[in-house]
Amino acid sequence: MTKMKVTNWLQKNTMVLILVLVFVFFAFQKDGAILLPQNITNLIAQNAYVFILATGMLLCILTGGNIDLSVGSVVCFTGAIGALLMAGGMNMWLAVIIMLVIGLAIGAFQAYWIAYVRVPPFITTLAGMLIFRGLSNVVLNGRTQSISDQAFKDIFGGGATCYIPDPFGGGTINVLCLIVGVVACLLYVGFTVRGRLNRVKKGYAVDSLLSTVLRSAVIVAAVMFFTVKLSQYKGIPAVLVWVALVIGAYGYLTSKTTIGRHLYAVGGNEKATKLSGIDTKKVYFFAYANMGFLAGLAGVLTIARMASAQPTYGDGYEMDAIGACFIGGASAYGGVGTVPGVIIGAVLMGVINLGMSIMGIDQNFQKVVKGGVLLAAVVFDVISKRNESR
Amino acid sequence: MSENILEMRNITKLFPGVRALDDVNLQVKKGTIHALVGENGAGKSTLMNVLSGIYPYGSYTGDIVYEGEVCKFARITDSEAKGIVIIHQELALVPYMTIGENMFLGNERGKSFAISWDDTYGQADKYLKIVGLSESSRTLIKDIGVGKQQLVEIAKALAKNARLLILDEPTSSLNESDSKALLDLLLRFKSEGMTCIIISHKLNEVSYVADDITVIRDGKTIETLHKGVDDFSEDRIIRGMVGREIADRFPKRPDVQVGDVCMEVEHWTVHHPVYREKKVVDDVSFHVRKGEVVGISGLMGAGRTELAMSLFGHSYGSGITGTLKLKGKEVHLRTEKEAIRHGLAYVTEDRKGNGLILTNPIRVNTTLANLEGVCSRGVIDQDKEYAVSDDYRQKLRTKCTGVEQDVGNLSGGNQQKVLLAKWMFTDPDILILDEPTRGIDVGAKYEIYCIINELVASGKSVIMISSELPEVLGMSDRIYVMNEGRIVGEFQQQDASQESIMACILKSCNN
Repeated sequence: MTKMKVTNWLQKNTMVLILVLVFVFFAFQKDGAILLPQNITNLIAQNAYVFILATGMLLCILTGGNIDLSVGSVVCFTGAIGALLMAGGMNMWLAVIIMLVIGLAIGAFQAYWIAYVRVPPFITTLAGMLIFRGLSNVVLNGRTQSISDQAFKDIFGGGATCYIPDPFGGGTINVLCLIVGVVACLLYVGFTVRGRLNRVKKGYAVDSLLSTVLRSAVIVAAVMFFTVKLSQYKGIPAVLVWVALVIGAYGYLTSKTTIGRHLYAVGGNEKATKLSGIDTKKVYFFAYANMGFLAGLAGVLTIARMASAQPTYGDGYEMDAIGACFIGGASAYGGVGTVPGVIIGAVLMGVINLGMSIMGIDQNFQKVVKGGVLLAAVVFDVISKRNESR
Repeated sequence: MSENILEMRNITKLFPGVRALDDVNLQVKKGTIHALVGENGAGKSTLMNVLSGIYPYGSYTGDIVYEGEVCKFARITDSEAKGIVIIHQELALVPYMTIGENMFLGNERGKSFAISWDDTYGQADKYLKIVGLSESSRTLIKDIGVGKQQLVEIAKALAKNARLLILDEPTSSLNESDSKALLDLLLRFKSEGMTCIIISHKLNEVSYVADDITVIRDGKTIETLHKGVDDFSEDRIIRGMVGREIADRFPKRPDVQVGDVCMEVEHWTVHHPVYREKKVVDDVSFHVRKGEVVGISGLMGAGRTELAMSLFGHSYGSGITGTLKLKGKEVHLRTEKEAIRHGLAYVTEDRKGNGLILTNPIRVNTTLANLEGVCSRGVIDQDKEYAVSDDYRQKLRTKCTGVEQDVGNLSGGNQQKVLLAKWMFTDPDILILDEPTRGIDVGAKYEIYCIINELVASGKSVIMISSELPEVLGMSDRIYVMNEGRIVGEFQQQDASQESIMACILKSCNN
C-alpha cells in the first residue's frame, strides 16, 4: 500500500524530480557556473517567451492534443508591426495595444476556421505559419527595424536597465526583490493552510499532511532560491512581472473557472461535453483566439528584448512552446495538463539549454538532447496511461 | 445431403463478468441455409465471431469441426482460407474506393508490390455478374445505394472462394424488393451447393429461406427446428426466443399520481446526418404524462436513440421536422443547452463514449451539465461542487473511494449512477434514459430501477428506452414499440407481454 503510494507520488512529480536532478548535474559542471546570479536571471529573461507561449499552447493542447504551429510567425509579425509603428513615432502604449489586438485578430481568424468550419488545427495553423512569416518579411521589406524607445525597452524587458528599481537602495543586494520573494512565500503558505483548514472543517478529503508540508517546503525553497539569486544580480527583471501576471491569470483560469473546466471537458470527451449543453465550438474558438493574443504579447516581449524586429524572429518558438507543454505533463490526447506543470516543463528546457551552453556544447547537439527529452516525456505519458487503463 | 459441413460443439465464451456463450451446439448441413435467431444480446454475433476467428482459438472452450476436421482459427484470415466468410451487419466498405478495390482489399490481385489492376477489375466484373449487379467495378462505393453495397459485400465474399457464407442481418438496411432479391440470390447459391448461415430478426424471411432454424437465448442453444418436421410459424419461433420467466426483479413503485400531459411530440421526422435523404425517424407522435414511466421498446437500429437525441436539442440528425410541446407550449430546441434549460435530460446509452469524462473525477462529471449551479461570475466554487457531488454520491449509494476518484476506475453500475447524478443535478422535468442498465449487473440494475421510481415519485417523468423486454415490461406504465423509425404499437402495462411486443415488432418488419 505504501509502496503504491510512493510510486504514485513519484509518477505525479516525476518532472520536478528530473528538473532537480538535471539542475544538480549542471551545478557540478564548470564550477557551478549555472548557479551564478547572472545566469539565473538569464534563465528567466531568455525564456520569457516560452513561458507565455506555452501557457497559451496548453489551452490548445487541452482541447484534444491540438497544437498551434503559427505562433512563431505571429510573434514575428506582431513584433514587426509594433517596431514599424514606434519607428513612425507612435506612442509606445498605443503600439503595444495595437500589437495585442493584431495578435488577437489573427488568433480569431484561425480560430474561426478551426472551430466553425472544422479545418484541422494542424493545417490551419500551418497555413498561418507560412502566411505570417511571409507577411513579416513583406512589411519589414526583409530588413531589420531597430527600436529606440527606451521606456518601451525598460518596461518590457531588454538590455541592462530593464529591472524594477529598488526603492530601498540596498547596495549589492536588491532588497525589494527579497521582500517580494518572502511575501510570495508567505502568501502561498497562508493560502495552503487556510484551504486545508477549510476542507478539514467541512469534512472533505485532504492530501496527507506530510505531502502538503513537503510540497510547500519545496516551493518555498525554490522561490527563495530564485529571489535571492535575482537580488544578488540586478533585482527583478521587468519581464518577470509580465510572465508572472500571465502565469497567475491562466493558472487561475484553468483551475477555477468554468472556461477552464470547459477546456478540460472538451479534451476529455468532446461528445459528452456537447451533450452536457456546452458549446464546444466556442471552446475551440476561445483556445485559438487566446493563443493569438498571447503570441502578440510574446511579440512585444521579444522585440523589447532584442531592441529590434527582424523577419527571422520567432523561428521555432512554436516548437519550444509545444515541447514545454508535453514535457510538463500535458497529454497528447488532450484533457490533461496544468499551468504549473507546463512551467516546470519550460524551466526544464531552459535549464538544459543554459547548462549545455555553459558547458560549451555544440548548438546542434543541444537540439538532439532536447528532442530526446521531449520524446522520453511523451513516451512516459503514453505508457503510464496504458498501464492505468489496464 | 445430410452431411454436416460445420459442427460447433460445447462452445463457451466468457467476457469479464458475463457468460456470453454457454455450452452452445450448432450443426449446419452442407448445402443448406441455416438461420440463427434470438433477441439482442442473445449471443448470435458472438458465436459467429468465434467461428470466424475474430475471437481466436483459446479465448473460448469447445470445438469447431469444419468439413470433418477440428479447426483452431487464430485470426480471420485462417477461417477465410478455409472458405468461411462473414459479412457483418455494418458494411465494411471504404466509400472513396471503387467496387473493385474494395472487393480485393487485403486480397489484392497480382504481387504485393505490383497490383494488377486488369486482374482486379476483370475478376471483379465477373463476380458482380454472378450477384446480378450491372454497375462497373470502377464505380465508387459512395455512389451506389445500400442494397447494391450489400451485393458488393457478397461478391467480395465470393471472391474469397466462400463455401460457408455467414450473413449478419443482411437485410436490416434494405427495402423490401432489395431484400427479396438478396434472399433469392441466397436460394440460388444454395442450389449451386453453397452453405449459408443467416442471422435475422425478420422471421418471415427466415421461414422463407431457411432449412433449419436454431434459436439462441441468453447464450444457450434452446432448440433447432427443421423444415418439414417442425412448425416454422412466427409464433412458434417467438416462443422459443422469449420463453423466459419474469422473476421479481423490479421494485414495487409506490402509488404515483400520473398527472397531465407534459410532453407532446407530433409528426417528428429526422433524417440521417450524412445520407440526408434517408429517414431515420419517420413521422413519430407520442406523449408523456407527469409522473409516468414511458417505455420505448424495439430492436437495435429501430431509431429510438435517434429520436431521443433529435428531441434533445437536435443533437442528432438533419432536416428535423415536427412539433415538440412541453407543458402545452410549443418549443424549438436547437441546442443541447436550450433543451437542458427547458427541463429535458438525455442520459446516453453510451456512457463511456458520450456520457462521462473517464479521466476526470466524479466531482467534475457530476457538475458538467450544470456548472452554473456551482459557480458565480464564471468562477467555480469548488467547496460547493464538492458538497453537491458528495450529496449525490450518498443519495445514489455510489460505491467509490470518494468524489475525487476518477470515473474510469468505477464499475459500470457506479458509472451509470454518476451519469444519472449529473443529469439529476440539472433538475430536469423529463429524463430520457437510453438503455439505463446496459452492461451492468443485476444488483446495480435493481438500484437503478429504485432511482427511476424515486424520480417519478418526485413528480418527474421518465422516458426509458430499452432493448430488454422484461425491463420495459417491469418498469413502464405505458410502452411504445418502435421499428424502422416508426412507432408501430402502443401498450398499457397490463396489456403488454413479451410475445405481444415481439409479435408487434416482427409483424411490422413484414410489410
